[in-house]
Amino acid sequence: MKRLTDVMLPIVTLFLFATLWEFGVRWANIPAYTLPAPSVILHSLIVNWTSLAASWWFTLQITFGALLLACSGGILIASVFSLSPALERAFFPIAVVLQVTPIVAVAPLILIYVDSTTAALLLCAWIVAFFPILSNTVTGLRMTDRNLMDLFRLYRASPWQRLKLLRAPSALPYFLAGLKISGGLSLIGAVTAEMVAGAAGRETGLASRILEASFRTETPKMFAALALLVLTGVLIFMLFTALSRVLLAHWHDAEQLTDTGRTL
Amino acid sequence: MRHATAKPLVELSEVSKRFKSGTLALSDISLSVDAGEFVTLLGPSGCGKSTVLRMVAGLDSPSAGSVHAPALTTDKDSTAFVFQEATLMPWASVFDNVWLPLRLQGLSQRESKSRVFAALKSVGLEDFASSFPSQLSGGMRMRASITRALITDPKILLMDEPFGALDDFTRQKLNDDLLRWQQERAVATLFVTHNIAEAVFLSQRVLVMQARPGKIMHTLRINEPYPRTPAFRTSMTFLNYCRELSVALERAMLTETSAQ
Repeated sequence: MKRLTDVMLPIVTLFLFATLWEFGVRWANIPAYTLPAPSVILHSLIVNWTSLAASWWFTLQITFGALLLACSGGILIASVFSLSPALERAFFPIAVVLQVTPIVAVAPLILIYVDSTTAALLLCAWIVAFFPILSNTVTGLRMTDRNLMDLFRLYRASPWQRLKLLRAPSALPYFLAGLKISGGLSLIGAVTAEMVAGAAGRETGLASRILEASFRTETPKMFAALALLVLTGVLIFMLFTALSRVLLAHWHDAEQLTDTGRTL
Repeated sequence: MRHATAKPLVELSEVSKRFKSGTLALSDISLSVDAGEFVTLLGPSGCGKSTVLRMVAGLDSPSAGSVHAPALTTDKDSTAFVFQEATLMPWASVFDNVWLPLRLQGLSQRESKSRVFAALKSVGLEDFASSFPSQLSGGMRMRASITRALITDPKILLMDEPFGALDDFTRQKLNDDLLRWQQERAVATLFVTHNIAEAVFLSQRVLVMQARPGKIMHTLRINEPYPRTPAFRTSMTFLNYCRELSVALERAMLTETSAQ
C-alpha cells in the first residue's frame, strides 16, 4: 500500500501542476511563444517527433557512451591507484583539475583540437562524468574492512583474489553512488558541449534542436526538447537507483549507506 | 602435560614491541602454547593482548625477541583468527563466508560443499547457509565466524575477545560450544579476554597481563579436566580460581598505576 502511494504521489503532483499550468496560460491569454501550454508542447512533440526522436537517440548515445567510458576509465584508474599510492598521489590532482574546470570553458578548446564533433562531445561528457566515479571508487576501495584485509593476508590471498573477493565488493556501494551522480552529469556534459559546439545537421542531439528552435522562436518545440531531456535525466536516475537496489538488496546497510548519501 | 622434549607449537621469547609512535606496547613477553592446549591472555584494555595475537598470526613483527609460530613457516593454513567482531563479508552468504579460506586455497564451490555444510551443521547453522550476515543475530554471526576459522582444520586458533560484544546468556552458550569444538578438533587456542569467569571456564592456563608496557605478571594453571560442564561454573573451585585471578589482575593494575 505504501509503495503504491510512493509511486502515485509524484505522478498526481505532476498532473496537478500541468493542469494548473494549462488553465493558467489559457486564462491569462499568454501567447505560445512566451509560455506554451502543456497541450501545445505535447502537440509540438508529436508534430516534430521524427527530428526530435533522432536527436534524442543521438543525445542518448553520447550520454551513455560517455558514461560507459567514465565507468571503465574510473574503475581502471581507481584500481591502479589502490595498488599504487604513489601513482594516486601523482595523478589524482590531474583528475581534480579536470573536475573543477568548468566544461563550458574547456569545450571550445576541445572542439578545436578534436576533429570529429561526435568525439569532442563524447570527450566533454566524459570529463564531467568521470570524476564522481573515480573519486567514489577510490574511496570505496580504501574503505575495505581492516580485519578482513588481515584475514586475507593471513590466508595469503593473491592481489587478484584480494581485489576480486574483497576490495571490489566493498567498493560496490560507493561505485554505485558515484554512478547515480555521473549518470546525470554525463547528460549535462553532453548537452552543454553541444550547446557550445552549436552543431547543426543530421548527427546532432537535443541541444541543437533547442538552439535551432530558439533562433526561430519556436518556444513549444524548445519545451518539447527540454521535456525529453528531463525525462532522460529522470529515467537515468531511476535506472541506477533500481540497479543499486538489485545489487545491494540483500546487503541492507549498504543500501542505507548510499541512500543517505554518506558516501557523497 | 607437555612432554619435556616436545617443542611448543607457539613460542614467544623475550618479545618487545615498540610502535612507530614510540609507545612501548610489549616488554619482554615470553610465552608458549602446546599443541591442543587452551591458553588465555587476561588483562585490561591496552595491555597489548591483541598485539601478541597479531604477532603469532604473522600480521605484526616484534621489535626485539623471537616469535616461533606456524603462521611464520610455510604452513599456510595452520593458523586461524577470530576477531572481536564477526568480520564476515556482508555481501556474501553464510556459505560463501565459511567457504572463503578454502576458496583462497583454490578449492571450488563444488569441492568445498560437503565440508562447508558439515561444518555449518556442527555449529547449528545448516539452515542458514544461504542467509546473509545482516539477517543473523550477533551470536549466530560469531558462530559463522568461528566456523570459517575452523574450516581449514588449523593447528592454532587465535581469538581476540570474540564474545565481548555479546550478552551474557549468548556468551555462556558460546563458551560451552567453543570448548566442545576445540576439544573435538584438539586445536591449540590462544584466547584473549578481559572477562575473568570466561578465562577460568575455558582455559588450561591463564596469563595475566598488565598494561603500559604489556607484561605477563602472573600465570595460573586451571587443573580441571575437560569436558567442563556448566556445573563447574557454580563450583567452589571455580570461584577460587576467579578470586585468584581477580587478585592478580588488581595487582597488575596497581603496578601499572605506580609505574605511571
